[in-house]
This record gives sequence, C-alpha cells and structure tokens, in this order.
Amino acid sequence: MSAPPATRAHPTSKTDLFVSFSLLALQGFGGVLAVVQRELVEKKQWLTREEFLEDWAVAQILPGPNVVNLSLMIGDRYFGMRGALAALAGMLTFPLLIALAVAILFAGIADQPQIQGALRGMGAVAAGLITATGLKLIAALKQNPLGAPVCWTFAAITFVAIGLFRVPLVWVLLVVGGAACVWTYRLLGQVTAQSEQP
Amino acid sequence: MSLTLTAADWLTLWVHFMSLSLLAVGGAITTAPDMHRYLVVEQHWLTDSQFTSSIALAQVSPGPNVLFVALLGWNVGLNAAGGLGAGVVAWGYGLLGVTLCMLGIMIPSTTLTFAAARWGHQNRELRAVRAFKQGMAPIVIALLVATGWILASGQGSVAEHWPLWLVTVGSAVLVWKTRLHLLVLLGAGGILGWMGWV
Repeated sequence: MSAPPATRAHPTSKTDLFVSFSLLALQGFGGVLAVVQRELVEKKQWLTREEFLEDWAVAQILPGPNVVNLSLMIGDRYFGMRGALAALAGMLTFPLLIALAVAILFAGIADQPQIQGALRGMGAVAAGLITATGLKLIAALKQNPLGAPVCWTFAAITFVAIGLFRVPLVWVLLVVGGAACVWTYRLLGQVTAQSEQP
Repeated sequence: MSLTLTAADWLTLWVHFMSLSLLAVGGAITTAPDMHRYLVVEQHWLTDSQFTSSIALAQVSPGPNVLFVALLGWNVGLNAAGGLGAGVVAWGYGLLGVTLCMLGIMIPSTTLTFAAARWGHQNRELRAVRAFKQGMAPIVIALLVATGWILASGQGSVAEHWPLWLVTVGSAVLVWKTRLHLLVLLGAGGILGWMGWV
C-alpha cells in the first residue's frame, strides 16, 4: 500500500491514533460521526472532504458500526493491522468503561424528569449535528462525475425513501446506490474512451 | 431477575451475536429488533425494561451506539448472578456477558471491513472501485440528512414540540456555518432540557 504524500497531515504513531480516536469517541454524544468530520477533516486534516465521503461510503455499506469501521480503515491505512487495532481500541475502550459506569450509577435515577429533559435536549442537538454533517459534505460533490442535477436526484430519492417512507437501508443501498454506481461506471468509461482518442 | 446459565448458554449467546454481526448494515442498532426477540421473548434472559434501558443508556453515554450491546451482555450477566448484590460474582458474570456480546457483534464485521477496505484501497484506481465511491457520494450525504430528519421527527410534531425542533434547526445551522465546539452545543441542549424549556 502506498502511503499518502508526506506533506499531508497524518497520525504520527499508533499511540497518536489511539489517543485521537479516544478523544473523538468521548466527545460523541448521540453519534460520533459529526465529531469525526469536524476533527479529522477540519482540524487535524488527516482526510480531505472528498476522501472522508469516499471512506464513509465504504464504512456505511459494510456491516458493523459505521464509525468503528471508519476508524479501523484509517488506522489500517497508516499503520497496518496494528494501526487498525489501535484506532478500534481508542474508539471503544473509554466509552465502554463510561457506559458501564453510567449503567451502574444512573440506572436508578434515569427516569427523573430533569434527566429525561436533558436527554431530550441533547437528542435535539444531536439530530442537528448529523444533519449539518451531511450539509457540509455537499461541497464535496462539486468534483463528482455524475454532475450536480443527477447527484441531487439520487440524493432526493434516497432522502424520501429513508426519511419519509422508512424503506430498509439495505434496499436503498442496493437499488438506489447500485443505480448510481452503474451510472458512474458508465460515465467514467466514456471519459477514459474520450481521453484515449487521438 | 435471576436465572441459571450453563456454559452452553453462554456459547449460544456469543454465537447469536456473531450471526447478527454481518447483518448489521447501517449499524448494530438495525439488528436490535432481533436481539429483543432472542434475549427477551425467546430466552427470557432479559426483561423488557432492561432491554430498553440498555439502549437508552448507551445513547446517553459518549461513543459509538454499538455499546448498547455491551450493556445487554452486562445485564444478562447480572441476571445470571442474581443481581448486583451478588458482589464479585455479579461483576464477573457481568463482564463475561460484556465480553461475549461485544466480541460476537464485532469480530465478523470488523474482519470483513478490514479485508474489504484494504482491497478497495489497494485497487482504488480500478474503474469499478472509483465508480462505487463516487456513485455512492450523493446517497451517503442524503442518508446523513435523512438520519437527522428521522431523529428529529422522533421528537414529535413541529406544531406541538416546536422548541425542540428549533434547537435541532439552530444547532444544524451553527455546526454548518460556525466552528463552535460541538460539546458546547450538546451542553446547551442538555441545560435547556434540564430546565424544562424544550
């Protein structure tokens, strides 16, 4: 595997991976993805927006927790299997300890109205965070070979199917995702054919 | 709740989570209905309220939501020991449950992701791989926005719960357009809810 160019920001060691992903996971209330985008793309710049989107597509379509898949992929890219394990351990270790502590300490008071209220408020924010993460990534579609109108059409169909009709994810990925991939495959073929003409 | 689990029972628990792992496209939470059927309805290893509170507590805690699986295992262990009052035995069984459930849900999906992502990265210049990643981009973006929408609509109707919706829309705009720290927003949401304002 070829490493990305040395001039780019990248994790310096397996410890760096473990610590970075631990910090990411510990900030992720109601979903880690928004934090991952903010930290890895905007602050640390380990990934560009386009790379993040591509990796996220892979992490999303494979089974298992998406952010866990993503951490594994990034860790593997820089430090092989040990890097993948370091990132994975970072993502899970401290959150697991906290979840157990929460289960032991707060089980009795979880139905207090103030606690319920705080959860409701944080849930409302979390819904906003994930939406904003999607909105920010729209900028990455500029380079997409499908072109803006086709991209928007596929995005709209997906949103309506999942958000409004609650179609199971697997079907949307297979049918809408499959169509988009086949379409892109054809377009990429045309581009190659044109560039090969004298 | 108190029950007796044999070594064979623990093994089945592990195998059941292994079998769900590869079905969990879109995250472990998509297989929660089947976990409920198995643990609560069929085996009677967990009560309904233990199952629901495991999911709720994992969502309150930072980190990937897959940790609800760890809490399910913890509660199965506690039930096998006869409750937290059993002291060291309860901790031992609880941690055994955590370990078996988490290893079960993680090993198959992470192995597949590791292999598939590595193959994809090594062959990233292939037309099919590029078509997949670029073709999936608009769908991935729409999925994120749809997830935000689903979380928000779980709060109830806009007319009745407009303060919550206002928090969601406000935090989406703030994350999209500013660099305000995500924990500040989550904290603010928590306080608003604690005070009973949203």
